[in-house]
Amino acid sequence: MSEYQWPDPATRPLLGKRISRVDGPAKVSGRAKYTYDYNPNGLLAGKILRCPYAHARITSIDTSAAEKMPGVKAVHVIQGPGTELFWAGDEVVGVAAIDEQAAEDAIRAIKVQYEVLPHFVSDAEPPKNVGINTGPLSQDDFEELEDNQVPDEQVIATINKNGISFHPSEKYLKASQESGVSAKVIQALRAAKYVEGGATRSPYKKTAVQKQGEPDKAFASAASVSEGLYGASCITHCCLETHGMASEWTGEKEMVVHVSTQNVSGMAPQIAEPLGIPAGNIQVLEQYVGGGFGSKWGPDRWGMTTAHLSKAAGGKPVKIMLERAAEQQVAGMRPSGYGRAKIAADKDGKFVAWESTSWGTGGMGGGGTPPLPYIFDIPNQRKQNIAIATNQGSARAWRAPTHPQAAVITMGAIEDLAAKMNMDPVELITRNLELTGKRAGTYRDELPIAAELMEWKKKWHPRGDQTPGPVKRGLGLSMHTWGGRGHNSDCDLTVHPDGSVEIKMGTQDLGTGCRTVIIIVAADTLGIPMENIKLFIGDSRYPVSGGSGGSTTTGGVSASTRRAAVDARERLFAKVAPVLKAKPEELEAVDATVRVKSDPSRSLSWKEACSKLGAMPMTVHGKNPDKSKTPDLTNSGVGGVQMADVSVDIETGIVRMNKMVAVQDCGLIIDLKTAESQVLGALIMGISYALYEEKILDPVTGRMLNPNMEFYRLAGISDIGEMKVHMMTGKDYDERGVIGLAEPPVISPGAAISNAVANAIGVRVPFLPLTPDRVLAALQGGRS
Amino acid sequence: MKDDDTRRPDPSSGVTRRDFMKISGIGVAVPLVLGPKMVEAAGEEVAVHGPGKVPITLNVNGKNLMAQLEPRVTLLDALRDNFNLTGAKRVCDRGACGACTVLMDGKTVYACAVLAVDAQSAKITTIEGLTQGDALTPVMQAFVDHDAQQCGFCTPGFLVATTHFLESHPNPTKEDIRRGLSGNYCRCGTYNGIRAVALATKPQGSAS
Repeated sequence: MSEYQWPDPATRPLLGKRISRVDGPAKVSGRAKYTYDYNPNGLLAGKILRCPYAHARITSIDTSAAEKMPGVKAVHVIQGPGTELFWAGDEVVGVAAIDEQAAEDAIRAIKVQYEVLPHFVSDAEPPKNVGINTGPLSQDDFEELEDNQVPDEQVIATINKNGISFHPSEKYLKASQESGVSAKVIQALRAAKYVEGGATRSPYKKTAVQKQGEPDKAFASAASVSEGLYGASCITHCCLETHGMASEWTGEKEMVVHVSTQNVSGMAPQIAEPLGIPAGNIQVLEQYVGGGFGSKWGPDRWGMTTAHLSKAAGGKPVKIMLERAAEQQVAGMRPSGYGRAKIAADKDGKFVAWESTSWGTGGMGGGGTPPLPYIFDIPNQRKQNIAIATNQGSARAWRAPTHPQAAVITMGAIEDLAAKMNMDPVELITRNLELTGKRAGTYRDELPIAAELMEWKKKWHPRGDQTPGPVKRGLGLSMHTWGGRGHNSDCDLTVHPDGSVEIKMGTQDLGTGCRTVIIIVAADTLGIPMENIKLFIGDSRYPVSGGSGGSTTTGGVSASTRRAAVDARERLFAKVAPVLKAKPEELEAVDATVRVKSDPSRSLSWKEACSKLGAMPMTVHGKNPDKSKTPDLTNSGVGGVQMADVSVDIETGIVRMNKMVAVQDCGLIIDLKTAESQVLGALIMGISYALYEEKILDPVTGRMLNPNMEFYRLAGISDIGEMKVHMMTGKDYDERGVIGLAEPPVISPGAAISNAVANAIGVRVPFLPLTPDRVLAALQGGRS
Repeated sequence: MKDDDTRRPDPSSGVTRRDFMKISGIGVAVPLVLGPKMVEAAGEEVAVHGPGKVPITLNVNGKNLMAQLEPRVTLLDALRDNFNLTGAKRVCDRGACGACTVLMDGKTVYACAVLAVDAQSAKITTIEGLTQGDALTPVMQAFVDHDAQQCGFCTPGFLVATTHFLESHPNPTKEDIRRGLSGNYCRCGTYNGIRAVALATKPQGSAS
């Protein structure tokens, strides 16, 4: 019986140690080649003409002048006349030319005419009566009201007042009644006057009210109630390597594609389908990727445009990398998430009731619904979310989708309640940990460690720093959770008779340390130095491994690698056992030898052992999940606690970080060094969105006002303060198996920093980023 | 340098690639012939380059590299697209992020904010010029040891900036680091490691 289980702490030569990433030297020396750096002879430069309006219909396109320009090799209309475009920056025409200058000139020579249509880009708090349209109700409008459980009286009043813009058939009315629409409403529909039109669709989409327990009763009988406004603005992914792809047709139906992606194995099918060629005919390549954060899953319209342009240019390679402005406008944003939230506790400080109305936008598709209240399953709740459709490039998954917004709203409300109760929030949270369910024990372990690293007891003061002078100091905290189970992953591991080992896997390393993790697991299992292992990733011709999203990669690739390496070791032991005059199960592979456990003097060097394979190398296949090779090597569900220490100048409104502390669990840690880097990086990214980042849209033009990097501001090295990271290891943590780490630590910084600012200045600054104007406005509101 | 037909000189410039190669082999007198036209503007003599492609010679990492480029091409794009020196990255493309940092006559510049025509008289050092062969400089090794990198896209720019910073500040304070390395942005959040590198590393032995 093979032992796939992760080894005991005593027999882990490499697992959990601090190991430098294996691709570090390539990156620091500039030798690492990214998609942006792909630069073969004959490469054509692609550029895209984008729509300048937030909402428009294309009426005509004239590319004739561009086509005749010197150096232009292909022109491709991406969206033709008649197409309605829903955001500024949408793709209209692509051009390929001998260099970027020629392509830019050609773009300028294209004439497009638009019918400009009305746009809507505001994600401000929805008006009270949303869901009730002013114009006649379309069938969709009516069904939306019913889906959202709008009271019958309101629906009937709307039908009577506005009329309807559809003709409900008897069949439709019958079906509606059967699906639960009341007889009164059906009657109103029958009697409704028909009004032409109905084009005034509301941008607001309400979810049904979700209710648990008896919130009204619980609020009425609670000892303390706090109500407030919280939220986080839209931000962008701002990957330093912009999105982009290079396509080259190598045959009538064959392509090679270089693409900046988080999803090497999943890319070819997405490219092949619209082109009508077999997915197996497309080779997808990527060695390094300059950031993804959830935004790089598909070929995107610009990527497909490179395929069309390459075809039109006789198969020559065509590369399009987005300009920074396009990247910021259309290649990824995190939905905004705001909420009015009310929370109540009983006299013992136990949370008893929660009520929230949340809203936000993720572009035309609205936004996700944040999981409120976050982490704490408060017994009595009422909540509703309103997604706002706005004319801007669609939201993409951004590290831990919906969680940072939910944390800002919930942890802000809890901090405000603690202030109202004149209680230390650590104490209030500790009293309510049982409401966090499965992770309660983790938080119970982590809170005191975080408090100690922050010197919370020494530094914390009740709300509002009373010391004289304009600079006020404060502390805040937040907590978070995430799943992070390993994704599906396949790999091939080959042992050569000379002792060298190679692994092939269709995964990608986003800078998380994926390469390093795979090599550590294999080297630890085979008992050989990491240098003996050659790893090949970033090619769709290798065994399929999942896309890197949702913190699923480390669990997936380490589990498939572990199973392959254990099987390879077993097969090698079977060959070597007769030579060592032992049974295979009596052997072990340690310190680059294969030896008898009970008598280490009977040993062969790793190289000698591998020579017993004969002339041919041996390949084994590893998988995750694999029910035939138990146990499960990966797990789901982590907890983390973060604390922030800030100084706020109440004369200028400027917030400065003094210190951040993160205590994080992620099951069995494979490389402590890259794990800590992941948490440190998340803290810094969190400081960035807490204090600086915001995608600002102009209500008049509907365009992004800061599609660049001087006004879309990231945190710099001077903005971060001191940082302390503590990873939970040892008993109760290691034994859970490997769990991903990319999402969890980026959830809490915004909430912790917002709470620290409130603690410092005595009033809540409702929305992130906590820019000086917002801080000063809150201070004025708080004083008036 | 590319040798394919897609980047051949624009015929309207009047100088073919072959002519250019011949001319540039003649020697120092030639630039006077090929040099830019001078006009007077606002009381000063100003060079006019172009229109179209002009011959450009850059001294990069100790070598003279030549290409026919339009005057609007930045030093960054010339390095990356024409000489395949892709260590400097194009990120913001307007002098905000530092990912394209190179040394010009020993000083750090954003290569996206310098035109290639204007860089002709300078000695340019890119990240590729800091090393010889596979060996890492002490600063590079420190970036690896302190894990001052994640996706790695900002790393070459940071490396050049940090190397230069440590040469001018051999024993930096935290405040020196805050000021001296704030010209580069990282999205993954590697500043903690970079700060550790700057506090712990001596740049001796590195090329400059």
